[in-house]
Amino acid sequence: MVLSKPASDSDLSMLATSASRYVRDSLPRYEMPENSIPKEAAYQIIHDELLLDFKPKLNLASFVTTLMEPECDKLIMESINKNYVDMDEYPVTTELHNRCVNMIARLFHTPLEKSEDAIGVGTVGSSEAIMLAGLAFKRKWQNKRKAEGKPFDKPNIVTGANVQVCWEKFARYFEVELKEVKVTEGYYVMDPAKAVEMVDENTICVAAILGSTYNGEFEDVKLLNDLLLEKNKQTGWDTPIHVDAASGGFIAPFIYPELEWDFRLPLVKSINVSGHKYGLVYAGIGWNIWRSKDDLPEELIFHIKYLGAEQSTFTLNFSKGSSQIIAQYYQLIRLGQEGYKNIMENCHENAMVLKEGLEKTGCFEILSKDDGVPVVAFSLKNKKGGHDEFEVSEMLRRYGWIVPAYPMPADAQHVIVLRVVIRAEFSRTLAERLVHDITTVLHELEKLPPKLNNEGKEVHVNVEENWSNGVVSKRKSDLETQREITTYWKNYVSAQKEIKRQKVMAS
Amino acid sequence: MVFIIIIYRQGKAKQSNLHSFPLLPSFFLTFLSKRSLFLYIYIFLNFLVKNKLIKEMVITTTIPDSGEQLQPTFASRYVRTAVPKYKMPADPIPKEAAYQIINDELMLDGTPRLNLASFVTTWMEPECEKLMMAAINKNYVDMDEYPVTTELQNRCVNMIARLFNAPVGETDTAVGVGTVGSSEAIMLAGLAFKRKWQTKRKLEGKPYDKPNIVTGANVQVCWEKFARYFEVDLKEVKLSEGYYVMDPVKAVEMVDENTICVAAILGSTLTGEFENVKLLNELLTKKNKETGWDTPIHVDAASGGFIAPFIYPNLEWDFRLPLVKSINVSGHKYGLVYPGVGWVIWRTKEDLPEDLIFHINYLGSDQPTFTLNFSKGSSQIIAQYYQFVRLGFEGYKNVMENCLENARVLKEGIEKTGLFNIVSKEDGVPLVAFSLKDSSKYDVFEISGSLRRFGWIVPAYTMPPNAEHIAVLRVVIREDFSRALAERLISDIEKVMKEMETHPIRVSTKTAHVTATVDETQDGDDGGKKHIKKSARETPEEIATYWRKLVAGKRTGIC
Repeated sequence: MVLSKPASDSDLSMLATSASRYVRDSLPRYEMPENSIPKEAAYQIIHDELLLDFKPKLNLASFVTTLMEPECDKLIMESINKNYVDMDEYPVTTELHNRCVNMIARLFHTPLEKSEDAIGVGTVGSSEAIMLAGLAFKRKWQNKRKAEGKPFDKPNIVTGANVQVCWEKFARYFEVELKEVKVTEGYYVMDPAKAVEMVDENTICVAAILGSTYNGEFEDVKLLNDLLLEKNKQTGWDTPIHVDAASGGFIAPFIYPELEWDFRLPLVKSINVSGHKYGLVYAGIGWNIWRSKDDLPEELIFHIKYLGAEQSTFTLNFSKGSSQIIAQYYQLIRLGQEGYKNIMENCHENAMVLKEGLEKTGCFEILSKDDGVPVVAFSLKNKKGGHDEFEVSEMLRRYGWIVPAYPMPADAQHVIVLRVVIRAEFSRTLAERLVHDITTVLHELEKLPPKLNNEGKEVHVNVEENWSNGVVSKRKSDLETQREITTYWKNYVSAQKEIKRQKVMAS
Repeated sequence: MVFIIIIYRQGKAKQSNLHSFPLLPSFFLTFLSKRSLFLYIYIFLNFLVKNKLIKEMVITTTIPDSGEQLQPTFASRYVRTAVPKYKMPADPIPKEAAYQIINDELMLDGTPRLNLASFVTTWMEPECEKLMMAAINKNYVDMDEYPVTTELQNRCVNMIARLFNAPVGETDTAVGVGTVGSSEAIMLAGLAFKRKWQTKRKLEGKPYDKPNIVTGANVQVCWEKFARYFEVDLKEVKLSEGYYVMDPVKAVEMVDENTICVAAILGSTLTGEFENVKLLNELLTKKNKETGWDTPIHVDAASGGFIAPFIYPNLEWDFRLPLVKSINVSGHKYGLVYPGVGWVIWRTKEDLPEDLIFHINYLGSDQPTFTLNFSKGSSQIIAQYYQFVRLGFEGYKNVMENCLENARVLKEGIEKTGLFNIVSKEDGVPLVAFSLKDSSKYDVFEISGSLRRFGWIVPAYTMPPNAEHIAVLRVVIREDFSRALAERLISDIEKVMKEMETHPIRVSTKTAHVTATVDETQDGDDGGKKHIKKSARETPEEIATYWRKLVAGKRTGIC
């Protein structure tokens, strides 16, 4: 039967994708498949599986941009095969990078002449930016200590407990001790006075956050600068400030131009900002700007020559695509200051709509401030029947919304918040829709029986009981059962907290 | 427009004074050219206004406002004003203009496909590009929100680990991470070695402040970066003429109690040669036994990791050797994905210190992460999975064989000119590195410059210390470098060589001078002698420094 054979062998030019054998075979998970499959089939298989991912646009957990103009998409696709580090081959891409650095530096009031080049780098994200900034502070401090003949093996860094996980990462990987200023209930950002108190001779820098990830609040960098100036004068230590403006860096210059948080303050030596947050570019771009050349130790820079002109690089990554850098330049010149301002005002406006809608329900307490990054953070006023914020978050998922719930950082861990990030692509209709869905969820929760009656949990408790006691207790008094359940929940919540603390800050 | 006019005629034709206008029959309008049609409409509208049939020329008044949309991009004012370079512009510009301005400037970049300097993939199938574009707005770290993307990453790790013969059971998950590139992968691997060594030394109560790492002088710049940023001393094994990779014997000699690991390279960036990892493993096992140090090996298989398993399956370089604890590979090189993806695989869980891992919980299951970057796009990871599934072992093998075949064609073509020595080896990464037999008249840097005029980017650079007097040209054969392009390149090289031979180039004499004066001037500086003929000397000196810097830059520029 010769004829049947080529038919079964024939590829997709003959068969519809879903009629082919490729969708019937189980997908390779552990080992590379032996044979090739047609590209159409490969596309369809992967595409279909990815449908199970959540929709990026409805992900209200993340600051990261999920929508750009089709013109920019085109530019991105055209440059996706350009390797950013080949500066020799792609001089224009390098030039666009430098222009972005210059524009952002001037936005942050770097003391520069009109056509003087600013010092800064494009990175994969704020994580890389922060590591580079931290590394520069560490090296500078080491050099200073070495010159003074003092020990230089115990550097530390002072931050608020509300910092993003990447500061912790920096501290662990680069062997710097992280000194966290604890937050208190009702005050969820770093207290400048406490921070300055913690500074000692081994402090490489104090990191302030413009736009806390927990509630979007701006820290008082100006006060920090003043207090630190005074302390520096007394002790002669010269401790600098880094501002982590990952989310607030593209908000403050447009909405609060009067707020002094940037290079206008003399102790601020470097600032990082995420291009992929309110810089309005897809994920994969961050920036770090230094005040002047002196703030970036020469030995950290690698020099690369291109077309006769010198190009200095200071990055942790090497090869990467150029798309995001080009996209950033597109946004900067396409929107201009006016465009950015309009977008940020819209975000702020929509945040207010959402906030008012939530307040109207009467069930929530708003923990975010009106001034700051357009974020609405809120917690339940009273937890009827033990239903908490985690449950609200879980139930909103069924409507397609991703609204994360997480506990506040150290010394305010008992406060659990829900956080909604208002991005440029989050329109007013969506805001109103979200309020509507949250109200529905609240009604549903009211109808649900209180959590203590949950059967599954009780079984679990019983099992634990029997196992731990080894005694068959016939019947425990009601009070005891109650207590067991409470401890179970307490443990459960504290476990969740630990997990959520790192997870939540995703981006 | 024509349509409107016709409707208008039908509606208003009854009014008496409209008949005084020479109305053309509607079918006749189709014969008019565009310009005359507009003119006709204009006159017609004017007529209507004059006769007070319509109040004003509505169309003309709207034109100034929407001018930006009506005008072609190159007629707009945006291409006339200077492009903002230092400060963000105050006002927005239309998206079409922004696109055009940037797009046009980018035309001056080299063409990625003709960039023979880079290993980085420049072509992928359109189906895969579609997947990438669809995933570009997904943030890879949001594992909770995009569980499938995370799952695809884990599958890639598993596949690569098995490709490298990691000792894992059939359904065990391998230990590894996806990174932005081999640089990040190497830093993570190095960090793991450093931390492991530190913990061990602390336990033994010995000092742990002077870690070092042993590599060949032919390593990529990122090892140097790792050493500098993470405060590890880099001990380089010097090369010698004719042997451009790390000598395992010398490397093992340099190992001491403070060595966190020896890094071997599978596919030297300079010549594409594979280092003898097996010999290194044997020698090091012996030394470890004698000293009790337990020094491990890392294999930097950035370029060779996707070549060796397919073409040389019997070559032992991976986890089959017991001392190899981690391997990094670039997905964006012969993994056939666009730039922005690398992988590092550890032999077992024990080789990755727990305190470096940050735990993230996603959908109830624990997701350990170990990265230097946080937010990034997911496109590249999805693309890597696409390539694995689409090509399979067979597909990768075919691609690599094609690359090697094309490398052979190019090598033979270059040999035929009789002017070059081939420096690269037959076995190894598909690249052709060649140096001039006689560089008295002109050198490889000039050839590289001349080839640029034909559109080719062929880098020239000097070899690392102890062999730095040798300068080579290097052509990387990628998947998308077809035989037709190889033949074209040969003919262009021949053309360039003919030009060089026939035209005695003035620069050539200068460069000959330069090499001589470099040493001279250095001697002069050391001796503190004063140069009498300064003006005559200064020029070559400048040129010398220029070239020296250029050469130094070139070395670091390769990827």
